[in-house]
Amino acid sequence: MVVNKWLVAFGSYLQMLGRVFRRPDRMRMFGRRYLNELYQLGIDSVGIVLLISLFIGAVICIQFKMNIQSSWMPLWVPGYATREIMLLEFSSSIMCLILSGKVGSNIASELGTMRVTQQIDALEIMGVNSANYLILPKILGLITMIPILVIFSVVAGILGAYATAYIGHIGTVAELTQGMQYDFHQWFFWMGVIKAVFFAFIISSVSSYYGYNVKGGAVEVGKSSTNAVVSSSILILFSDTFLTQLLS
Amino acid sequence: MITLQHIKKAFGDKQVLKDISTVFESGKTNLIIGRSGSGKTVLMNCIVGLLQPDEGEILYDAENVVTMTKYERTLLRRRMGMLFQGSALFDSMTVLENVMFPLDMFSNDSYKERKRRAMFCLDRVNLGEAADKLPEELSGGMQKRAAIARAISMQPQYLFCDEPNSGLDPKTSLVIDKLIFELTKENNMTTIVNTHDMNSVMGIGENILFLSEGYKEWQGCNAEIMDSKNQKLNDFIFASDFSKRLKAANEENIELKDGINNQ
Repeated sequence: MVVNKWLVAFGSYLQMLGRVFRRPDRMRMFGRRYLNELYQLGIDSVGIVLLISLFIGAVICIQFKMNIQSSWMPLWVPGYATREIMLLEFSSSIMCLILSGKVGSNIASELGTMRVTQQIDALEIMGVNSANYLILPKILGLITMIPILVIFSVVAGILGAYATAYIGHIGTVAELTQGMQYDFHQWFFWMGVIKAVFFAFIISSVSSYYGYNVKGGAVEVGKSSTNAVVSSSILILFSDTFLTQLLS
Repeated sequence: MITLQHIKKAFGDKQVLKDISTVFESGKTNLIIGRSGSGKTVLMNCIVGLLQPDEGEILYDAENVVTMTKYERTLLRRRMGMLFQGSALFDSMTVLENVMFPLDMFSNDSYKERKRRAMFCLDRVNLGEAADKLPEELSGGMQKRAAIARAISMQPQYLFCDEPNSGLDPKTSLVIDKLIFELTKENNMTTIVNTHDMNSVMGIGENILFLSEGYKEWQGCNAEIMDSKNQKLNDFIFASDFSKRLKAANEENIELKDGINNQ
C-alpha cells in the first residue's frame, strides 16, 4: 500500500515536471520571475550560508587542533582537514540540507498558499501553464545560485579556520596555510559543485511538488511545507551516497 | 453562447451532477443558483475546464470543450475571464500589475498601450486611484472590483463569476452586481454567475438555472421566479421569515388591487 502511494506520488511528480519543462509562454515574464527567484532563493540565502560556514570552519579547525592532534600528527592537519571537509561534504551536502529547510519551506508554503487562495486556478483559467510559470524559474534560479553559494561557503569556512589562528591564536597562520595547500585536488571542488546542483534540483522540484499539489487550507499548507523539507532532506542524503560513490 | 448537454459528474459513489442540459445566452447575465452542496461550483468548474465531466458536452458557441486538445483549451481560456470567490489577486503584485498580467502574458502591444488598457479597466470599476496599492491594502469590495478589472482586461467573450458577493455587505453587493450587468451588456459577453444571493437573483438574473441535489430543477428569468409553483425553488427563495412575510405582503397587496379593480 505504501509502495503504491509512493509510485502514485512519483508519477504525479514526473507529470508535474513534464508541465514545468516547457517553453515559457512569454520569455519576458519568465526573465522577470527568474531574476526575482535568483534574489529570493539565492541572494537572500547568502547571509545564513556565510554565517554557518564561517563558524563550522572555525569549529572544525579548533576540534582538530585541540582534541585530535597528537605528537605524531603533522601540524598542518587541521588546515588540511578543514579544507577537505568543507570542499567534500559541508559546503555541498550539509549546506544543501540546511537550505532545504530555508528554501524548501519557502517554496512549498508560497505555492501552497497560492493554491488554496485560487491564485493558481486563476493562472490556469487565463490559459497560463501555471507549473511552468511558477516552478521553472524557481528550479533554474536555485540551480544557478547554488554553485555561488558553495563557493561562498568554502571561502567562509576557510576564513573561519584562519580566524582561529588570527583571533584565537590556536596554531599559526603558516601551519594552516601549509595544510590548506597540501595535496589539493581541483576535482574535489567540482565534485562539491556537481553534487550541489543535483541537490538544488531536488530541493526546488520536490518542494514545488508538495506546494503545488496542496488540497485544503492553512493546515495542509503547513503540512506540505514540513513534508517538503523532510522529503528533500531524505532524498539529498540518499543521492549524496550515490553521487559520492559515482564521482569519487 | 454556452450550451451544456447531458452533463454528469461523480466523485466516487457520489453523483454530484445528474444529466444537466441548458443554454447560457450571450449578452445576458446567466445565474446558477441553489443551496450549498447542490452542485453549483462543480458545474461552474466543469464549464471553465477545471474539472472534466464524466459524460456530456460543453459547447462554447460551436467548440466542444470536452473533446478539445490541451492546446485548444488553452487558446479558449484566453477568451475567458473569471472572478473567483476570494478574488484570487496575486498578492505579490500591485493592483495595476494584476490587471496588466494577462496583457503582459498574451498581448503583443507596447508597454504604454498595455498600461493604458489596464488603467481603462481600473477606471471602469472606479479603482484608478488604487492602481499602485497591493491587494492586501484593499477592502473586500475593492478586491472584487480589481478582480473584475483583471477579468475583463483581455476583453473576454465569456465571463465567469463564482459567488461574487460572498463576504460583502448588501450595498457593495449591489455595486458588484451592477458592474457585472453593465459589463455584460457593454461587451456582449456570455456571463455566468454562481450565487445564492437573492438580491443578485432579483437584480440581474436574466436567465436563472436552479439546481437541487445535482438536478436542473427550474430555469427562467427573475420576473418569473416569484410566481413559480416549483416547491423546491420556493423553499429556496422563501427560506427566511423576512422573505416569507414579504411574499405574503406582496400577495395581499395584489389581492387588494385585484379587489379594487373588480369593483
